Order: sequence, then structure tokens, then C-alpha cells
Amino acid sequence: MEEKVKIPKDAFQPVSKEDRLDDEKITAPSRTFLQDAWRRLKENKAAFISMWILIIVAIFAFTSPITAPNPNNSNPDYANLPAKIPGVSINGFNGTIVQGGERVDAYKANNVPAGKYFYFGTDYLGRSLGQRILHGTMISLLIGVFATLIDLLIGVGYGIFSAWKGGKVDIFMQRIIEIMSSVPNIVIMVLLLLVFKNGGILPIVLAIAINEWTTMARLTRAQTLQLKNQEYILAAQSLGESPWKISIKHLLPNLSSVIIIQTMFTIPTAIFFEAFLSYIGIGIQAPTASLGTLINDGQRNFQFLPFQMWYPAIVLAIIMIAFNVLADGLRDAFDPRTARR
Amino acid sequence: MARYLAKRVFYLLLTLFLIASITFFLMKLMPGTPLNNQAKLTKSQIQIIYEQYGLNKPVWQQYIDYMINAAHGNFGTSFQFSNQEVSYLIGSRIGPSATIGIQGMVLGVVLGIVTGSISAIRKNTWVDGTANIISILGLSVPSFVLAIVLQYYIGLKLQWLPVAGWGGFASTVLPSIALAASPFATTSRFVRTEMVDVLGSDYIELAKAKGMSRMGIVYHHALRNSLIPLVTVVGPLAVAIMTGSMVVENIFSIPGIGEQFVKSILTNDYPTIMGVTMLYSGLLVLVLLLTDIIYGIIDPRIRITGKGA
Amino acid sequence: MDTSKKVLEVKNLKIDFHTYAGTVKAIRDVSFDLNQGETLAIVGESGSGKTVTTKTIMGLLANNAEVVGGTVEFHGKDILKMGDKDLQNIRGKDIAEIFQDPMTSLDPTMKIGRQIAEPLMIHKGVSKEKAMNRALEMLKLVGIKDAEERINDYPHQFSGGMRQRIVIAIALICNPEVLIADEPTTALDVTIQAQILDLMKELQEKISTSIIFITHDLGVVASMADRVAVMYAGKIVEYGSVDEIFYNPQHPYTWGLLNSMPTLDTAKGQLEPIPGTPPDLLDPPVGDPFAARNPYAMKIDEEQEPPFFKVSESHYAATWLLHPEAPKVTPPAEITRRWKIYDEKFRIESTNDAVGE
Repeated sequence: MEEKVKIPKDAFQPVSKEDRLDDEKITAPSRTFLQDAWRRLKENKAAFISMWILIIVAIFAFTSPITAPNPNNSNPDYANLPAKIPGVSINGFNGTIVQGGERVDAYKANNVPAGKYFYFGTDYLGRSLGQRILHGTMISLLIGVFATLIDLLIGVGYGIFSAWKGGKVDIFMQRIIEIMSSVPNIVIMVLLLLVFKNGGILPIVLAIAINEWTTMARLTRAQTLQLKNQEYILAAQSLGESPWKISIKHLLPNLSSVIIIQTMFTIPTAIFFEAFLSYIGIGIQAPTASLGTLINDGQRNFQFLPFQMWYPAIVLAIIMIAFNVLADGLRDAFDPRTARR
Repeated sequence: MARYLAKRVFYLLLTLFLIASITFFLMKLMPGTPLNNQAKLTKSQIQIIYEQYGLNKPVWQQYIDYMINAAHGNFGTSFQFSNQEVSYLIGSRIGPSATIGIQGMVLGVVLGIVTGSISAIRKNTWVDGTANIISILGLSVPSFVLAIVLQYYIGLKLQWLPVAGWGGFASTVLPSIALAASPFATTSRFVRTEMVDVLGSDYIELAKAKGMSRMGIVYHHALRNSLIPLVTVVGPLAVAIMTGSMVVENIFSIPGIGEQFVKSILTNDYPTIMGVTMLYSGLLVLVLLLTDIIYGIIDPRIRITGKGA
Repeated sequence: MDTSKKVLEVKNLKIDFHTYAGTVKAIRDVSFDLNQGETLAIVGESGSGKTVTTKTIMGLLANNAEVVGGTVEFHGKDILKMGDKDLQNIRGKDIAEIFQDPMTSLDPTMKIGRQIAEPLMIHKGVSKEKAMNRALEMLKLVGIKDAEERINDYPHQFSGGMRQRIVIAIALICNPEVLIADEPTTALDVTIQAQILDLMKELQEKISTSIIFITHDLGVVASMADRVAVMYAGKIVEYGSVDEIFYNPQHPYTWGLLNSMPTLDTAKGQLEPIPGTPPDLLDPPVGDPFAARNPYAMKIDEEQEPPFFKVSESHYAATWLLHPEAPKVTPPAEITRRWKIYDEKFRIESTNDAVGE
């Protein structure tokens, strides 16, 4: 075991306190919880790409009042035209269509002026499908986001209150949630929309929000119950801070990850329900477009002009996928324990 | 256990009572009547029809009548099909809905369990990645889009299965697949999360230390522990099936409850809407109660204390 | 003492963990051996590599771990080179493990009888009925009352101490040659700890198994172990018989550990903590890893890693203080007190030897 090693003369001098290596120094930069989560999210490529897709889709959708001002302009002469993109000669995007076994130029057949292009074709009323999809995406996103915001406000407030009060109040409030969630939500939505028929977007937003808040309330309550017994909350309480201040200063920051994740899962659900309701005919009413109504319109001609349903359906699917992937990524970023890496 | 059950049944009835009441008053608030579309009726004709349906009585009288009848399973007569009892209408349509609903549920859940487990066992491999993509798709593509695509490509283009209609097992296949997508995605993701959690637990480590093989561990320890909590999502899955059936039955022209419900909505057929609402709610409440009891039976930790939720 | 047979021999083990922050050198050249029937305690603070060492012996390293070098020989066969099948044959039959937290190490949905019987059914191909009978015997052996009734209970119906007894029953049902106990009493109440330790000692005599006892608690070591290895920052810094480590410690880290341990006859009224924190194993320091926390550090400690210096046939320590040219230092009062006790004991023993000859 013992080896002869060459040892310098002063080797066995004791080290003075001053040139002692500093072992207490923390070399890694300190990061807050959110910075850490953000870094993990950026590492998750799928989630990061999804985030950018959503940002791009949102930019396209919300600039549509400028870029696509006439989603409801109909022109019977231009009805059911296929997609035509200048300079592209791939079948499906060059204005041709198969009719009776032969490929014909639908634009010529309908005497459309030479300079006129519909990048996504037109619907059965001759409205530009591209403009309608942009507009419909905006409506769908609006409904999804607003419904989620309302659901967030009610759900988080209800959850914190219920958990904070505890005792009988908590039990009673939980019973209400239990009863609410034992009714199929689609039934409530349908009933509400029948009452507020033709009320525009607002009833739809409310109907969706009313059904989705219970999940948020449950999660918030569970998390608050856990936090409530933590020492720092007890400390704040014993220092005489008001419950209101405690929930803003101490609870909300610690609830943020649960809330953010649940929000990202709720938005696609809300968008789905909008599409669903519009699809069965009690959601957005004509002539306003939403992804659901567009799919419904497109479905009628699916056999002959499949693109009329495919385009809005693909946009809807992309939005839903992006939201779900982003939500998954956020959950993994906030809770690395369950992460798939 | 008996006391717990009695309590649960009480809440079940209370819930149904509340739903019935709320539904009734919502209906009364609704604008328009089924007679809206028939402008040619004279006032006296409308009067006769109102009397026939009891619509001329005061609202509270109507409410009591309705609740008493509903308790007997009688939801009045359909507005749309004037001589049909709502309960008869629903009864005659329940078969097809139940068939595709149950088939879709079983298909989705079984496939979901298999996919989710494999995904968890082969965590972070290409298998897991593929399964993840498929389940995200299942979650993201609405059932009505899937139904139309299936109908067109498999039914019409390939002609492997009937395009629409009701008759024989073949006609149930496509609708069942369309309904199965959502339960499949939910189950697969749920089982994966649970199983990953279980596979990382100390008792799995102990099972490895015992010298058990991988398959032995999955079969004897991991599966049971990760599948027990699955019972808790059966309720939400049932809702997904109900929601899906409304559009899927419509697309495939299946004479079921969902198809009837959408028709009734579009024709303001209130008695039928109320009947279907009660049916759906009752079903869900029953499913929730059953899953609660089953959870108590299969999870030894809950069995002893006899406490749920 | 007869010339005991080596059951397990770990040689120059080096293990890295690949994490997203970089490569953690968790085990850096660890060697030790285990003789038949003896108890070897491995002591060290959390993160020193104790648990990783045991996981390596069980062949249960995490996926991101890489064995960089070394061997783990069980009866002369290298465990690290074995395939899954061979490993499974050893695990639970020849080498068994008791885990730290009995609250989580039992399957919550399986009856305990079945859980105890499982290793027997896997390894010995015993029928379920026979295995259950044997499980019942084990349950009685580990001191569970009304074993006949409780064999069909689920884990949550037992207290922590009882559950650890069940875990011990699982580990011992195949009469393993080596039992690894990874902090088996840390999660338990102090009163229960003593019961479990007594039980382990009692059972060790009955089935003559060797034990590797992992702990951060020196107090437990004194009553359990025959030999002790002290680990620090992925290395063994001192090893010897339990008397040598307790009464003739040579490494400043061992001094620190003993100095921070309460005893009935502590010299001073106060416990001395070891200042500072263990080094970051992502980037282990040059020289002696303990140098930064060592009040006796010398220049060479920051430049060169100390080799093992021989103290006695069975006692080695890796510190430059043992180099013949190193200055004599005065260890803490508690340690000099212990040295004195050792001197007296040692003198008696040597005179006895002289008489014997």
C-alpha cells in the first residue's frame, strides 16, 4: 500500500487559515424556481417548438381583421373553388380539380379573372376559405382563452377559499363541486346555450367556463391544503398577516405551477368544446366563422371537396396538439420528477 | 360499509333531484317553442296543443307534475314525434348507443392500458415517443373529425366497412373506433404516469432485490398498483363517450340517444332534451358510485377504513 | 479467529453518474472485502457513496450510472460482468438487501405473506403452499405476534418497526450469504431502532450471514460491526476493526465524526460539528478531498492525494499525517482520551499474548 513518493520539503507545512480553499463558495449561479423551469422547458424541444407554433398561429389569427377583412363576403360565382397559389403547379394547389375522372381547371370553368387567387380555396358560398380560417382561428382562440381565464378566476378563488376556511365551509363547498362534476358537462353546456340562444360569443364562453372550473378548484384546494400547514404560512399567520395578504404573497406564488399547467390543459379543452358546440349547431352562429363551424360546413362537401374540411380540421388539430405538448412540457419543467427526458 | 353506501345513495338521489329541477327551470327560461316553426297554426289550435302538453298550467304546478312523473320514469310526450312517449323513445334508442359506447370504452381502455404500460416500461425510448405522439393525437383530434375521416377513407374509399347505418357488428366498428380515441388517449397517458411512478418506487426496488425478473415485477407488482387508480377516471371517460356519441352517431346515422339529443336540440323538443339529460346524469352518477365502490374493493388501503373521497 | 473465507471482494471500484449538470464521480477507487459471518460497517455522511456501493453489489445501479473500473467479486465471480439472468439468480438468494424506509418498501396492494414467500418461490421453485408455510416461520422468527392471523394482512396494517421486521423476513427467507442493510433503522424511532438492531444480530447468529451495514450513525456501528470502513467523497479514507476505528482513529475525518458523536463519557460537555460541506463530486478537488474542512491540513493535502498508510495489520488510513516526515499533531481532546483507552486495552492484550506464549 505504501509507496515512495517524491515529496517537496515544505509539504508538511500546515496551511494557514487565509490560503485555505474556500469550500463554502457556491459555484453554480443561483436560479429562481421559475428560471429553472424556463431552462428545463427550453431543453424540451417539442414543447418549445409548440410554444412558437402557438405564438405564430396567434399572430396570424389576431391580425386577421387587417389581413383578412372580408371573411363573410360571398360571391356565388366563386363557389367551391379549390386552392390556387401563384407559381405552384402541384395538384391540389394549382386551382385544378378532378371532375368526372378528368382534371379540369376550376378557375377557368367558373370564369374567375386571371389575377384572382384563393390560397385555401373557397366554400360553398364563394367565401375565401383562407380568410375564414384566419378569422375562425381568432374566434376559437378568443373563446378558449377567455373561457379559461374565467374558469381560472372562479376556480382558483373557490379553491383557496374552500381550503383556507376548512371545516364545514370546506365540506359544503366540496359537496357542491361533487354534485357539479357528477353532471355530464356537455349536457349543462347544451342547456345553457339553449337558454341564451343567439347571444353571440359571451354565452358560449360562460357555458364552457362554468363546466371547467371545478377541476381548477379541486387542484387549487388540494395544493392550498398542503401549503396551509407549512411552517412559513403558520409563521405569517402568527405574525398577524391578513389571510388576504397571505394568499397573495405566499399562496399564489406557490400555486403558480399548478395553475399554469392546468391553464394550459384547459385552453385546448375549451377550444374543443367550442368546436364541438359549433359543430352540432348551437355554438357560433352563421355567418361568423369558428373552426367548429368551418369543419361542419366543410364536412357536407367532404366527398368531393375534402380540402374544405381538411384545412380547418388541420388548423384545429395543430392548435390542440401544440397546447397539449406545451402543457406536458410545462408539467415536466415544473415537476422534473415525472419528466420524460 | 352499509352506512357509507346509504350516504352515497342519498347524495346520488339529491344530485338527480337538483339536476331535474335545474333542467326544468332552464327549459322554462328557454326562448321559442316547438311550435315556432309552424306559423300556420291558429291561436285556438295552439291553445289545444298547450292543454295537451299541460303548458297552460302555472309553472309550479308544471314543476310538481314533472317531478312526480320523472320519479316514475315518465318524461312526457315528445314534441317532435307527437305520439311518442319520451321514455319509450329513449328506450328504443338505448341499444345502439350502449353497444357502440361500451365497445368504444372497452377498446379505448384496453388499448390504453397496453400502450401506457409499454410506454412506461420502455420509458424514454422510441417506443415511448411513438406512443406519446399517438396519444397526443388521440387527445387533440376531435372525435367528429376522426369519424368523418374514418367514414370517408375506410367506409367509402376502401369499402371495408359500412359507411353508415345500423345493422350487424360490421356497422358498429367504425363508430366504436371513433369513440375509442379519447378514452384511449386519456387511459394511455394516465397509466404511463402511474406506472412510471410505481416503477420508481421503493417496493419495486425491493422486488428487484428479491431477484424477480423484469416481466415478473411488472406482472406481479407494477400492473396492479398502477391500474387501481385507473378506476377513478372511468367517470370522466364515460362523459367523453357520451359527448362523442352525439356527433359520432350523427355522422354514422346510428339511431341512438346521442343522435336523438342533437335532433331534439335543433327542434326545441324540450321533453326529450330533459329526458336525455336525466338519463345521462343518472348514468354518470351511477358510474361514479360504482367506481367508488369498486375502488374500495380493489384497493386494500381504502377497504379497511371504509372511507372514500 | 480462524482464517476467514472471503465472500465478497470489491476492488478499485470507480463509478460515474451522468447527469445533465455533468459527470458526477460518485465512487472513486473503492476497495474492501467481506469475510464469512462478519459485519462490515460502511460509515459516512450522505452523498459519500455508501448507497451507490451497495447498489453496485446488488447490480441495481440506475441507468445513468457507469462503472468506469474495478470488480465486485462474489466467490471469485465478477458481479459487474454478469448478465441479467445470473444477477437475478444471486439477488435475493445469495445477496439480499434491507432498505432504509420500511414505510415505502413493501407493495401496498399485496398481502405480506405472499411478499415474504416470493423470493423462495422464485429461487427455490418451492410450491406456493410450502413457501407460505416458510413465510409464516419467518414471520414468527422476526417477532411478529399472532403471525398466523397477520400473514394475510396488508402492509398498511403494520407499524414502521413491524414493517421493517417484515422486510428483514423477506431478505432472510432464502438464507443469503450476504445481507446488505442500507440504513435499516434511520427511518425508525430510537426505541424501535434498538429492537431492530438486536433482531439483526440475533438472526445473523442463527443463519450465519455476513452483513454490510451502511449507516451515517457511528453510535449504531459500535454495537453492530466487526470492522468499519469510513467513506468520504466517494473514497474510503480509513478502515480497521471496530476497536481500532473507535479507539485509535488516525484520519482527521474519523476524528471529526467521533468528535461530533454523543457518548456517555464524552470528555467535554459539547459536541463539535465538522465545519464546511463535502466537496462537489462533479469536479473533485486535487489532493485530499477532506483538506478544505481539515483543521490539520498541510500543503501537500492540497496537492497530492494521500495513499493508505498502514497502522496495523488490519488498520489503514489515507492521511498525510501518518507520513513519517509529517509533524506530530494533537488531535481533539475526545480523540486523545480514546487513544488513551486504546493504549491501556492494547497493553493488556499484548501482555496476555506474552503470557500465552
